[in-house]
Amino acid sequence: MSRPIRVTMTVNGRRRHVTVPAMKRLRDVLREDLKLSGSKEGCGEGECGACSVLIDGKSVNSCLVPAAQASGARIVTIEGLARGRRLSALQRAFIELGGAQCGICTPGMLITATELLQRAKGRVPGDQEVREALAGNLCRCTGYQKIVDAVRAAARTRVSAKRAKARPRAAAARTRVSAKRSARPKTRRP
Amino acid sequence: MSPRRAKVAVIHAPSSVGVSVHRVEGVDKVTGAARYLDDLVVPGVLHGRTVRSVVPRGRIRRVTLDPAFDWKGVVVADHRDIPGENVVALIANDQPLLAVDEVRHAEEPILLVAHENPERAEAARLAVKVEIEPLEAVLTVEDALARRALVHGDDNVFKEIVIARGDLERGFSDADLVIEGEYRSGHQEQLYIENNAMLAERTRDGGLFVRGSLQCPYYVHRALERMFALPAGKVRVLQTVTGGGFGGKEEYPSMIGGHAALLAWKSGRPVKIVYDRLEDIAATTKRHPAVSRLRAGVMRDGTLTALDFDLVMDGGAYETLTAVVLSRGAIHAAGPYRWPNVRIRARGVATNTPPNGAFRGFGAPQTQFALECHMDRIAAALGMDAVELRHRNAVRIGDVTPTGQVLKESVGARQVLERVAARSKWSAARREIERANAAAEVAERSARTVNGGRRLRRGLGVSLVYHGAGFTGSGEVRLASLAAMDLDRDGHPRVRVANTEIGQGTTTMFAQLAAEALRVPAEFVRIEDPDTGSVPDSGPTVASRTCMVVGGLVAECATAMRERLELFAERPIKGANDFAHVARRYLAARGALRIERRYRRPPGIEWDDASYRGDAYGVFSYASCAIEVEVDLDTCETRVVHVQTAQDIGKAIHPVLAAGQIEGGTLQGLGWALLEELRWKEGRVWNHQLTNYIIPTSADAPPIEVEIVEIPYSHGPHGAKGVGELPMDAPAPAVVAAIAHATGVAVSEIPVTPERLRRALREAGR
Ligand code: FES
Ligand code: FES
Repeated sequence: MSRPIRVTMTVNGRRRHVTVPAMKRLRDVLREDLKLSGSKEGCGEGECGACSVLIDGKSVNSCLVPAAQASGARIVTIEGLARGRRLSALQRAFIELGGAQCGICTPGMLITATELLQRAKGRVPGDQEVREALAGNLCRCTGYQKIVDAVRAAARTRVSAKRAKARPRAAAARTRVSAKRSARPKTRRP
Repeated sequence: MSPRRAKVAVIHAPSSVGVSVHRVEGVDKVTGAARYLDDLVVPGVLHGRTVRSVVPRGRIRRVTLDPAFDWKGVVVADHRDIPGENVVALIANDQPLLAVDEVRHAEEPILLVAHENPERAEAARLAVKVEIEPLEAVLTVEDALARRALVHGDDNVFKEIVIARGDLERGFSDADLVIEGEYRSGHQEQLYIENNAMLAERTRDGGLFVRGSLQCPYYVHRALERMFALPAGKVRVLQTVTGGGFGGKEEYPSMIGGHAALLAWKSGRPVKIVYDRLEDIAATTKRHPAVSRLRAGVMRDGTLTALDFDLVMDGGAYETLTAVVLSRGAIHAAGPYRWPNVRIRARGVATNTPPNGAFRGFGAPQTQFALECHMDRIAAALGMDAVELRHRNAVRIGDVTPTGQVLKESVGARQVLERVAARSKWSAARREIERANAAAEVAERSARTVNGGRRLRRGLGVSLVYHGAGFTGSGEVRLASLAAMDLDRDGHPRVRVANTEIGQGTTTMFAQLAAEALRVPAEFVRIEDPDTGSVPDSGPTVASRTCMVVGGLVAECATAMRERLELFAERPIKGANDFAHVARRYLAARGALRIERRYRRPPGIEWDDASYRGDAYGVFSYASCAIEVEVDLDTCETRVVHVQTAQDIGKAIHPVLAAGQIEGGTLQGLGWALLEELRWKEGRVWNHQLTNYIIPTSADAPPIEVEIVEIPYSHGPHGAKGVGELPMDAPAPAVVAAIAHATGVAVSEIPVTPERLRRALREAGR
């Protein structure tokens, strides 16, 4: 293992100092030394995005970043997205629209989506644009549809909040439920 | 609206079922607070590693610990340390926890090591030398059937099933046309993003406490009882937050849990085993590869007369779940169609590859892929439209399946097909695509540049499938699932079941079903963790049974609980506050209130295991997909442009969760159809990384439009049938049909990788 060095970085708005081997992965520093276990690992080789964190505003796979390289950086992890108990618009949209199923990809997904929305600066990114932006974050549960819907819905609430006339949006516009009225389940009422 | 329904609305103010309430564990998952196994910090924990075979078959000659290595602090365990039986108990009980003197597949576990420091543990693993004398191995289905070597019994066949109905000869002589075909599908990795992970501790009373990422706590529980010769009460298994399963965490956690427990048993310390991606892909279970040979008879007008279906599945080196996967595959082989004469012969064979196991769909995707491809071949031979052929033969109420099951209710085959045809504008869209393809061809011939010089063709394909919900045959009767509800100290109703939340929304759905019966909001209901120390055995979380079977039991418990409390209060209960008030008074006056309900076979459902006849499932769910693709004739890459799907699941208890299941399953189906392929070299997977085992990304994923069709089932809660696996069955054949529409060439093997498509186009002279 490499020689320990002292690293100072800002994590979720707080200045933190750690003394760790220079080559220790940022993901492990966050999880082990800073006790922030929200960043996950799906591959350890930069393919799945489950370990994504924001480094100076950019979504990066923390399993590929040596601690030394994070020195002086501003880092935001999944634990830093809510303001106290108030969830961000993205986090709320993920809950409401079903963007998280098993949840293991969710921390990384939310981090990359946060970067996208910051870059979009109030514009609502298109369906394809969202899909391209999230292509480095794998999800095996959702088929991505509800993730894309949630990211765009969150962008819309940000836009409409800006215009100070937030309107609640109907969830999951792509799903239709059709039932035959005449064929109500018998078990419905005793 | 009928007056009766109006009255219902007044009585039930806060309705839960059919409404997309927030998922129970939603906040934890979006804030990073959810603790998966690897996130648990356990003082004094050791990290376990597994020494495995590198050859597919052989005799273990010698195992040596490198004397030059510093073994201080390393715990080593092998088969001699197992206090009970060296077996991972499942069905046939043929798989050892650790190899003794022979290995039957590459990656077979031989010895375990553990150390406080994960890097030292890894170094120790590498310092173990295993000498194996290789034996001739059987690596493919063909080798197994040709008995290249005998690796199981005297024919390498684990299990053979024959299902027959009608008179096959007659059926073929009635036919105007007899069409043959052979179809293949390969291994598929479940690829949950959270790798397998288990943690074991010895308890003070001489028992075991095992936690982990898993689907079926009682499977692990029973396996541990046997390995450690412990009474049931000395073993406790708890599911931790689980990052996806899809069947991949059905049976294999018993193996990893057993390994961790053995190291903990020997060392007296807690032991964690967390696989990395390489180990997880290389060593754990996958979808069974299948070869299907079909012969079908059809009349000129499109009426199907006979089907002869021969299925062979590769079970891998131990039987594990192969017999039941094979059974589900065979029962679904004829698809949702009327076949007056049919014979299905299915064999599961042994090979020297890691055992294949449960994966969403459980055999049904493989056979229905073949059948649906064959339906397109039949349509082409007749010159008939693919939707029309399906519609003409699709099952209706009163029709009979190959096992002799009469479909008595909730048959949505034609409805889902009609909805998909309508929403995709099937006929018009096909014509429009054909025109565009012809125009592109003309333009290319005249050397005009279109599509930026790319030779692109589009195609639209359709499929129709069904999926039986719950365990096959008498499986549910044998399971005899038990669900319970009680009251917690604050007067909240609490659901106690062993079924696990693995992302699909189980806990939310149970809360809704209980809430609906109790007439309280879903948030008011508590759900106990799936911990074998505190929940009854309500059966495994597999086979699309959780909502229909266990959800039904929970709803019954809740109804009984409300009746009991209202009897006590001598008045109806109104809302959550009132419920808590009455519940607390009940607890003070009478003590604990616990209600249990055990599964009973619905009336009129019969199955005979010996003859393989009867009602294989209580009911089937139905799905249809219309998929549009774009094929690049030069690179032979296929892009899925759009998916339109309609699925009859009886009732969507939670529409957003149900649609999430459909979308997720559809994309896994598209991955299986186009991208996902395991590559083998001498019995070992070599593409065991996410860099070379490719699953769909958001950029590959098409928009998926879902229509949920609700044709209720009288024995499901609120009419619900199964939804978990059905979506996996439909996409692959529709993709193959769409590619055929685009290129004129029908491939018969998936995944349709660019190499495979190029070969097929070349063979067809295009
Ligand atoms: S764990 Fe970092 S990209 Fe997969
Ligand atoms: S929600 Fe399970 S991997 Fe994305």
